[in-house]
Amino acid sequence: MTDRVSHNLEKLGRAAAAGVAEVGFGAVLFVQSVVWTLVGSKRGQPVRLSMVFERCMEVGIAAIPIVTMMSVTIGMMLAIQGIYTLATFGAEQQVTIGVGISVVREFGPLITGILIAGRTGSSLAARIGTMRINQEVDALEVMGVDPVRFLVTPALIGMLVMVPVLTLWADLVMLIGAGWYISVELGISMGAYIDSLTEIIVVDDVLHGLGKSVLFGLLITLVGVINGALVEGGAEGVGRMTTRSVVLAISAIIVTDMIFAFITTR
Amino acid sequence: MSEAALIDSPEADTDREVVIEVRDLVTHYGPREILHSVSLEVYAGETLVIMGGSGSGKTTMLNTLLGLVKPTSGYVRLLGQDLNNIDQVARTKLRQKMGVAFQGGALFTSMNVLQNIMLPLREHTKLDETTMQIMARLKMEVVNLSGFDDLMPAELSGGMIKRAAFARAIVMDPRVLFCDEPSAGLDPVVASAIDDLIIDLRDAMGMSIVVVTHELESAFKIADRICVLDQGNILMVGTVDEVKASSNERIQNLLNRRTEEEILDPDEYLRRLTAAKD
Ligand SMILES: Nc1ncnc2c1ncn2[C@@H]1O[C@H](COP(=O)(O)OP(=O)(O)OP(=O)(O)O)[C@@H](O)[C@H]1O
Ligand SMILES: [Mg+2]
Repeated sequence: MTDRVSHNLEKLGRAAAAGVAEVGFGAVLFVQSVVWTLVGSKRGQPVRLSMVFERCMEVGIAAIPIVTMMSVTIGMMLAIQGIYTLATFGAEQQVTIGVGISVVREFGPLITGILIAGRTGSSLAARIGTMRINQEVDALEVMGVDPVRFLVTPALIGMLVMVPVLTLWADLVMLIGAGWYISVELGISMGAYIDSLTEIIVVDDVLHGLGKSVLFGLLITLVGVINGALVEGGAEGVGRMTTRSVVLAISAIIVTDMIFAFITTR
Repeated sequence: MSEAALIDSPEADTDREVVIEVRDLVTHYGPREILHSVSLEVYAGETLVIMGGSGSGKTTMLNTLLGLVKPTSGYVRLLGQDLNNIDQVARTKLRQKMGVAFQGGALFTSMNVLQNIMLPLREHTKLDETTMQIMARLKMEVVNLSGFDDLMPAELSGGMIKRAAFARAIVMDPRVLFCDEPSAGLDPVVASAIDDLIIDLRDAMGMSIVVVTHELESAFKIADRICVLDQGNILMVGTVDEVKASSNERIQNLLNRRTEEEILDPDEYLRRLTAAKD
């Protein structure tokens, strides 16, 4: 019995140590990426704009259809729920306040983050994991091409640029989706809806959302890269770590979101 | 080991330039010691084949030479420099003087053949696009891959992948070329062509070449000298004839493809049976 307990404690201890090691690895990757971006050209290893651009297309442009579709749906969902709840107090007309603020501060960044974690975070983990087991990462290393500079930094920059851009887009589409339902249901004109939105939403709210989305982009990239780098044992290993990266990235996003909301509303 | 000393040292070419110097190298994976203090030299312009049974530590040795695995003690000097003991810029410079053809090719799956071969040029030179393409195509000609510029790695056969990997490894005209199992998994004709290619690279370009293989035939064909690895020890380093003539039982077992079980001595056998867990 005590044997079991000590065994489990040991397992827990090991898991904790591994967790700390992964966080440390993430920090190292981040610092190295920043260093490469700043002094890469001086060391003869510049971070290539073409690769950053390629990543931006992959993270951002290719994700527009899915982000748009989900955003319209969620915007309408928010409007439906908002009107239904406020009807209890006979305050349907106030729905714009609730929708406007919650979209810009919460739903825009959160939904974009989760979508990108599932879409791009997973493919990043799979790509790096596959490259690792095919010895492509070793090949970069022995060619004198730093894998962090070559693989991680462009992905990170692409993510830090495109996740906020997508979030802005998601905000916009969600508000339009919500506005469409509100104008049909409550008979408010689109113009009046937009007018009240501009009154309610202040720059701070938008920046709050965008600030979070930058953090989400950072989390998704680091979680994806770390899990890719930890892949062992063939294609099955890649699958396992890809799944793990999605679960971890989404968890990290939600927890960070909560902490961010808590701190900034104090 | 004693035999290795007997055969190797008296006539060791002290006047030839040493391109790789391995001294008292010990490598661990976790707590397990894989290489037990091995020492070795590779001379300029020679092909050295590292040979040994499965699990003898060939890949580990190669990865340590390449700086992919850090030794616990001892050192590897490539062209006089220790990869693990120089700064980033010097390491990048040194790595431009070495080429590696990995066992599986390790071509970048997202780039076509030409882009793969051009990558080292792109990363390390300031040549314009056309010049880089010409240089890459010249190497493709050397490995008999002309005209396959636009194919993606997934569209290549095993032999073509190996040849593309060779082209990429030599595109910077390295001083030292490393190949991991160049002919493994290929049919005899293609395998023999790869062997010829290795011989050509040594003769025409004067490269020093380190080849890891367990294929005896190929080893005897391409090697100037053979280093026989066994369970993390170097049994001997010598010319093909010296290795063939060796009276060492383990070497003869390896040459005659006797199975691992027969090679094990009773103590080792018992130890394996009883100490299977940690
Ligand atoms: N990543 C690793 N982690 C732990 N142990 C390893 C690792 N790689 C190899 N080993 C162990 O090191 C020993 C030597 O392995 P190595 O791959 O160097 O052998 P090899 O001579 O290349 O064999 P093969 O001809 O089968 O490729 C083996 O016993 C193996 O179990
Ligand atoms: Mg091997």
